[in-house]
Amino acid sequence: MSTQENRIEPVEPIEIVEMLPGGQRSGKRRRKTAFERHVGRYGQLYLMLLIPIVYYIIFRYMPMAGNIIAFRKFSAGGSIFGDQWKGLYYFETFIFGPSGWKGFEKFLTYLGISGFWRAFRNTLTLNFSYLIIRFPLTLVFALLLNEVRNLRWKKFVQTVSYLPHFIAVVIVAGMVKEVLSTSGPINGFIKSIGMEAIPFISEKDWFVTIFVTSGLWQSLGWGTILYLASISHINPNLYEAAEVDGATHFQRVLHITIPSILPTITTLLILDIGGLVGSGMAFEKVFLLYTSATYETSDIISTYVYRMGIGPDSRGQFSNATAIGLFEGVINMTLLTIANFSSKKITGSSLW
Amino acid sequence: MVNSDDNKKKTTDAEDIIEAARRTHDSASKDASLHYRDQFTSKAIIKRDSDVKIKTADELVIRVSSMKESKGYRLFTIINVIIMLFISAVTLYPFLYLVAQSFSSHTAIAKGLVTIIPVEPNIKTYTDVLTQGVFLNSYKNTIIYTIIGTASSIFLSAFLAYPLSKPHLKFNKFLTPFVIFTMYFYGGLIPNYVLMTRIGLYDKWPAFIIPGLISTYYVLLMKAFFANSPHELEEAGELDGLSQIGVFFRVVLPLSKPIIATMTLFYAVSYWNNWFNAFLYLPTKEKWPVAYYLKTLIAGSFSTNDPGATADKAYLSANIRSCAMVLMALPIICMYPIVQRYYVQGMMLGSVKE
Repeated sequence: MSTQENRIEPVEPIEIVEMLPGGQRSGKRRRKTAFERHVGRYGQLYLMLLIPIVYYIIFRYMPMAGNIIAFRKFSAGGSIFGDQWKGLYYFETFIFGPSGWKGFEKFLTYLGISGFWRAFRNTLTLNFSYLIIRFPLTLVFALLLNEVRNLRWKKFVQTVSYLPHFIAVVIVAGMVKEVLSTSGPINGFIKSIGMEAIPFISEKDWFVTIFVTSGLWQSLGWGTILYLASISHINPNLYEAAEVDGATHFQRVLHITIPSILPTITTLLILDIGGLVGSGMAFEKVFLLYTSATYETSDIISTYVYRMGIGPDSRGQFSNATAIGLFEGVINMTLLTIANFSSKKITGSSLW
Repeated sequence: MVNSDDNKKKTTDAEDIIEAARRTHDSASKDASLHYRDQFTSKAIIKRDSDVKIKTADELVIRVSSMKESKGYRLFTIINVIIMLFISAVTLYPFLYLVAQSFSSHTAIAKGLVTIIPVEPNIKTYTDVLTQGVFLNSYKNTIIYTIIGTASSIFLSAFLAYPLSKPHLKFNKFLTPFVIFTMYFYGGLIPNYVLMTRIGLYDKWPAFIIPGLISTYYVLLMKAFFANSPHELEEAGELDGLSQIGVFFRVVLPLSKPIIATMTLFYAVSYWNNWFNAFLYLPTKEKWPVAYYLKTLIAGSFSTNDPGATADKAYLSANIRSCAMVLMALPIICMYPIVQRYYVQGMMLGSVKE
């Protein structure tokens, strides 16, 4: 019944138009009517959109526009869009040092002492080590989980391994600190085999390990969900056929399971690479776990931006900090766009 | 006009897909588990023979072949069980350690005696923490923020997602990229901070909720759900004289309970666990949520910048810290079975939509 309604609707005005004398006027009226009918029919939907759109404009797009202070000098009492045009001054400052480009040798010296370049290096090191360790392990864990034949046991392992995903990052950081403290169980074990306790949290050489391990603890189980879903869609006939042909269990995994879930693997890998730089999770965890003693290996771009712009010893360098934040944001956006595009191209599915 | 059974069936389409996927998966594993038992006990084989009629010679071959590889496979299963045990133990251990600490005396913790069982067990830490004004107040704040935040988020996200799901809404050509672009580019910490302080939200409690009020990703999940629900019902509602908003509230929302429940949990967990907004915008202790209070507890006691933080002082409060962490995680752990189910469904929604 409703479909009939729809079919009649567009026909109606055309009939009227043809019956009216003076094509020009009726043409005008027809266009107006179409618009009016659209608003009349969906006006309330536009009304619903009002608050969300205002929200997006103020709290999503205004800050984007606020990035203009990366090019303009911002002062505490002044406009939120800055007071004085400075061009690329702030970018040159963090990329080449406070006095700008003064030759290659000067740049190399600056590279060694620059807080920004240290943070840049750490961002890549942390995220990349996390990715190359977590990614294959998640896949292997999913495959192993899939081999568990006792359903109750499988369910138990899944339930347990998903749990850390729901735990607040504050608690995760707290747990890490408790477990790794000099009187904690890890050091208890180290002491029991006659070695000296290691103050993990304040040693810069341990930071990457702590970051990656705690990340694995948080996400190993959760990361298997999409793989398991993908495995469950594999046609069981394939396995049966392989069995008939005498394939061993391992061969079946290698030649059926893995090729079947390859699109999922590719998509997830591409998207992980896309999120390599700008991950809020990484920021919060680093922020909660790092100390001034470990900045050398733990300070990442976003924490550096925080300390420079807002932190207690920041001296309110909003423009400098914004310039660095914008630099990170643009890299992040580029990576995401490339990732999403290639994911669409290669596997036909994208993140959104 | 429309059969109510029919509409119920259609709205749970998304659920059905997940359910069906799970069922095939389960039955596939069940089949496999039969094979697996074949290898060990002849009893299982006999049982299977009586249960399942062997139709073709192929099935016989299958059983023979699975018996052939039994040695290597059996070794693998044992190793697999050990790996799974190890992962479960490592995952659970920090939780058990925290609980043990929270029930132990601080002298025992400082000596490093606590590993998994409470030493000198007592509940004094809990009574202390639970009678402490700051903790209770921040806990109360978290509950209030979570309720208000989640409710507002659900409505605003649905208000955005529903029109977005209407393909014939001309404005969507502009609106969809407008919304999605925010997933690619984030305004940045400093501009957000400047904005929030300049519009007078600094040290006002809404500052805790507002930055995360609408999550674009969740909006897209909701949009996918609305787009897949049956339009016939909405049109029927319109014919019966409901306005667009009437249709939304009286037809669409009641039919969208699965997605609303999922979103409620997503948002609630994110508000419950959030500390960063309070850290940036709420300097007044009375307005802190428990997550931020916990952050100050943890950071304060371990700060290496603080020369006064001697070993003794640092571990004096280990039991208090653990206790606060346990109390903060408790509601989520209690609700975990439900939360997990809906979260997994949400993940599926995200991956199923195209």
